[in-house]
Amino acid sequence: MVEARSLSARGGRILLYAILIAFAAFYLTPLIVVILNSFRSFQEITQTSVLGFPKEFRLDNWVQAWGSYCIAGICSGISPYMWNSLLIAVPATLISTLLGAMNGYLLSLWRFRGAGLIFGIITFGVFLPAQMKLVPWAITLRDLGLSNTLAGLVLIHVVQGMSFTTLFCRNYYVNVPQDLIKAAKVDGAGFLQIFWRIILPLSPPILIVTVIWQFTGIWNEFLYGITFSEGSARPVTAALMALSANIAQAREYGIESASVLIAALPTLLVYLFGGKYFVRGLTAGAVK
Amino acid sequence: MSALSVEKLRVRFGSVEVLKSVDLAIESGEFIVLVGPSGCGKSTLLNVIAGLEQATEGRIEIGGREVTGVPPKDRDIAMVFQTYALYPAMTVRGNITFGMECRGVPKAEQKEAVARVAKLLQIEHLLDRRPGQLSGGQRQRVAMGRALVRDPVLFLFDEPLSNLDAKLRVEMRMEIKRLHQRIGTTMVYVTHDQVEAMTLATRIAVMNGGVIQQFADPQTIYDQPANLFVARFMGSPPMNAIPARLAASGSEIAAMVGPDAATAVPLPNATAAMKDWVGREVVLGIRPECITLPDGEQPGKPAASLPATVEMIEPTGAETMALIRVGQSEIMARMRPDARPAVGSVASFALDTAKACLFDPKTESRIA
Repeated sequence: MVEARSLSARGGRILLYAILIAFAAFYLTPLIVVILNSFRSFQEITQTSVLGFPKEFRLDNWVQAWGSYCIAGICSGISPYMWNSLLIAVPATLISTLLGAMNGYLLSLWRFRGAGLIFGIITFGVFLPAQMKLVPWAITLRDLGLSNTLAGLVLIHVVQGMSFTTLFCRNYYVNVPQDLIKAAKVDGAGFLQIFWRIILPLSPPILIVTVIWQFTGIWNEFLYGITFSEGSARPVTAALMALSANIAQAREYGIESASVLIAALPTLLVYLFGGKYFVRGLTAGAVK
Repeated sequence: MSALSVEKLRVRFGSVEVLKSVDLAIESGEFIVLVGPSGCGKSTLLNVIAGLEQATEGRIEIGGREVTGVPPKDRDIAMVFQTYALYPAMTVRGNITFGMECRGVPKAEQKEAVARVAKLLQIEHLLDRRPGQLSGGQRQRVAMGRALVRDPVLFLFDEPLSNLDAKLRVEMRMEIKRLHQRIGTTMVYVTHDQVEAMTLATRIAVMNGGVIQQFADPQTIYDQPANLFVARFMGSPPMNAIPARLAASGSEIAAMVGPDAATAVPLPNATAAMKDWVGREVVLGIRPECITLPDGEQPGKPAASLPATVEMIEPTGAETMALIRVGQSEIMARMRPDARPAVGSVASFALDTAKACLFDPKTESRIA
């Protein structure tokens, strides 16, 4: 009787794991295919199919993808576009995080008339679909003379990102006791001094969350990248699109695969190094 | 010298009037306690004095200088908060010096000041720790150190002991009193705890509904409360309020209490004000410790006898409290520790009426 039950419990467990493994395999298959193809030669893929284990591990797809493959007539690989993405993502992440922290500090700890309304308006941006804002942004960038520039994309991501960063930071700072601000005021500290000396040192948990959130979001962003940039000013996501849209010749699945993996590497690294802080920061509660 | 003067202060938040024309004049060296139930406006008053909230009307002077509209840092005040409000990312030393840094005090002077305060409060060994590594009592000490280092005209305390456990609270209370005796700086202290108010204050301002109900020394507040609110709020258990009717026979005046107003409680200190109330309804206010069992009575004290039903007794060790009933009124009596009247029996209690108060049942103000 006891044995029968433990047997059925074990059976249930096996079934559970079988299902989990099946789902994991299902989700991982495309990634595995891409990884394998990135090591296979053009001939090998065209002679057999895109599904297959490499006969030998070749790195020339990676080398070409990085430095010499022609994308829309520019034969420099994706490395310059990686650089573009970095030049967009790093400043946009830092500026939007800093502004979000400032906004959050102001909205939660310097409660003024209408703070709730302003917070509502800022966070409304979280719920607006990106497509809706394409035309307004096009007009704004044109009027500012920032069309087809990295600075234009930085501006877009800073403004759009502020909705998220403000939301995150405000909800974090709401738990900071108001008495801290009062004590600092009596001590003679001003608005910025309190922010730099007292509030910012309390903020690493939430700043890590916003930085990871912003960096991955901006790095992977495609719609604005492809709409508001062309040629050598493209971010890597738009460059990947141009690379795969090359219809003049047969598809280089190996090089495309290597390019996609290179482009995904920075966010992957950010997750690997910051992931545990991300989860910790999201669940971090009151500042005591 | 006047340390603090508050004149006709009003604070309104939207349609809610939190403070309704508050006046307060405090001499240098006093220890003033603002006491009242939550929502009475005491913390708002303190915040307005500190400049952390703005008054709708009125004026404030600190150390003889008008400070209405002056920012907190320029008011020559220091403040201790209920939550301690220590800066979590700074060491104890950093917490204490932050204010001096903001004011640009030279480094050497800062060091000297920290050493002086740390010695005074015995926190020298804690200077390099962070607030998170300190116990509640230690945090409280650091918070006081941060205030002390400023050497201000006025100290403001906002319920500084509320977050401590009972034992530590009593210790810190004594420490604050000792500190005041030693440094002699004027202090304004907010609390909802009437024991803290009685033990610490040189004068108490009892607040309710945004109004100062009474501003006087602790003994006056206790013995001659201005109205029934003060009578009930100060003292634990509170003053008994017994409906009565005043009667006169010759020059003697007595409060008639109990069913059909049959029991006479003679009032020895008859005043002229009482005479106007003869034949009218009043409220007799009498402290629990003035109601005892007769054998505990001291000779020579004027006493009245009050027969009452014993409803419940609460021995606390140091004394025994009894809840007794006279007609419709429930009354607390404070008796000797070994007194054990039988619950349910009718016993005769001795009333010391020398300090009895009379209140107007309509306005609740004290008549005599």
